[in-house]
Amino acid sequence: MADPVIKSYEPHHESRSAAVTESRPVQLLLMAVAFAFLAIFLLLPLIIVFHEALAKGFGAYTESLSNPDTRSAIRLTLLVAAIAVPLNVVFGISAAWAIAKFEFKGKAFLTTLIDLPFSVSPVISGLVYVLLFGAQGLFGEWLRAHGIQILFAVPGIVLATVFVTFPFVARELIPLMQEQGNGDEEAALSLGANGWQTFWYVTLPNVKWGLLYGVLLCNARSMGEFGAVSVVSGHIRGLTNTMPLHVEILYNEYNAVGAFAVASLLAGLALVTLVLKTLLEMRYGAEIAATRGH
Amino acid sequence: MEVRVANVRKEFDRFPALHDVSLDIKSGELIALLGPSGSGKTTLLRLIAGLERPTRGKIFFGQEDASHRSIQERNVGFVFQHYALFRHMTVADNIGFGLKVRHGPSRPPAAEIRRRASELLDLVQLSGLEKRYPAQLSGGQRQRVALARAMAIEPKVLLLDEPFGALDAQVRRELRRWLREIHDRTGHTTVFVTHDQEEALELADRVVVMSQGRIEQVGSADEIYDTPNSPFVYSFIGESSTLPVKVEDGEIWIADRPIGLSAPHAPSGEAVLYFRPHDVELLDGCSGCIAGTVAASRRVAGTRRVELEIGGERQRVEIELPVDHPAAQKSRVAFRPRRWKLFPAA
Repeated sequence: MADPVIKSYEPHHESRSAAVTESRPVQLLLMAVAFAFLAIFLLLPLIIVFHEALAKGFGAYTESLSNPDTRSAIRLTLLVAAIAVPLNVVFGISAAWAIAKFEFKGKAFLTTLIDLPFSVSPVISGLVYVLLFGAQGLFGEWLRAHGIQILFAVPGIVLATVFVTFPFVARELIPLMQEQGNGDEEAALSLGANGWQTFWYVTLPNVKWGLLYGVLLCNARSMGEFGAVSVVSGHIRGLTNTMPLHVEILYNEYNAVGAFAVASLLAGLALVTLVLKTLLEMRYGAEIAATRGH
Repeated sequence: MEVRVANVRKEFDRFPALHDVSLDIKSGELIALLGPSGSGKTTLLRLIAGLERPTRGKIFFGQEDASHRSIQERNVGFVFQHYALFRHMTVADNIGFGLKVRHGPSRPPAAEIRRRASELLDLVQLSGLEKRYPAQLSGGQRQRVALARAMAIEPKVLLLDEPFGALDAQVRRELRRWLREIHDRTGHTTVFVTHDQEEALELADRVVVMSQGRIEQVGSADEIYDTPNSPFVYSFIGESSTLPVKVEDGEIWIADRPIGLSAPHAPSGEAVLYFRPHDVELLDGCSGCIAGTVAASRRVAGTRRVELEIGGERQRVEIELPVDHPAAQKSRVAFRPRRWKLFPAA
């Protein structure tokens, strides 16, 4: 899995001297390779998604989207994102604050743990919950005795999604907060602000672009997560199917238009995320660069 | 507001940054904490502010023990080394921040906060820059905004951490004079940290010289320069030259020759002679003097620095001569320090 928190590449044209600039043909070749790669592996699939979705006309497209099972999948996906993203914002800010602003035992361990979901296959992330909450799982009996359904229900899907997406906000904020240090907070305290005011007026504005960035990525991932959710969802139509799972079901039923119509929504989400991210960078590029210091 | 630091010790992870430091700061005084990096001067300042808690000892504000008061309760104005201005707030909002975060009736209305901010901007000579952001200001201007922000809360004590450290020499000198003026006008008890002795000696009423977590000497600029009480202060403040000497019956000797200086109260034995390179008397003959062969001679601005090799052990010592002094042309120079001090050999 690619590391989604890699910082956007910032060219430094002015710092490059003529001596290290490649010759024109080499430049062209490099650009051609990059563009060809993007076209084949990114652009082409995207076009195909929309092409297939609209293969039988716009009517069939909207019709397959208004299918009740599809609607329920969309609703569930939105619900899961609406729970997972705020949770991860709270967790991300707390973790970043703890790691960046003070020293404690187990800090390195916590930092490593935050990266865990990136290094673990999403299927394993899902299986962990099966082992914990499944019928034969650690808490399975207790849960059944109390009539609590976690697996094959919304709570399980939310848990799996939170697990998979929790590094996004934290990883975005930690380097940012570490870079900024404690100076501004100390200044606010010395001026009489209490902890909450310091956070609200000083810390949060200092990291807001990084936070927004993290939220965008976190949201995109929580809506698009397949592996972990697939393991815990149980694939009950109209109940525990999220959009990515629904795409698979429809596709396996040879309902290409339906599958690609839902896929086009996910692709659309990805595009919107990309556009928002680019807009943010354009509009607030200087400010983002100033606060992140990369 | 008087500030009294009483037997304060501060450890970071068991590593002592300050050992048993005591200091009385008088009300309205402008005081400098001067020392090399690692001397504990910033730690002492942060302890006074309440940004750190002492491991042992107490800090009094007036008669009141403030050791366990939080920084908010201490009401100190702190100017940070890199200013720590809030980058997303305008200059006016930065200055008004301390008033805005107050609670209840002590919080002035918005219009009053704006008025206070403008007033303070006048005081720091930056009127008209209310709407600017910190990124749009020069280093010197940021420094002034940081000071205005600290003064907005009407602090009992003003604390400045290396206030001019990040500025270039010219701006630094200008701001130094300006800070003195502000201090004289407002009368705040002010403590600032610096590693620049010129800054400390020029600006402060009293200078606290620190080294390795201890206070070496406290005194006016003249006292510190003219009567340093330790080898550290002698060599840290101003230029100094040293020579290993021997004391016998109150007379000072270098190798087998007396140099014409007497120290009647010094114990006999090995010692080190300290003197200022410019504060020497050049002699023609040499019966009772320090004589040496010129090893190097450099012209530095208005003076000539001559390095001499003294005695059989080839001790090198530096003295300063007027540029046009004939002695600079000779290969052998004899002199005697006018003012000097003996410290026991380490």
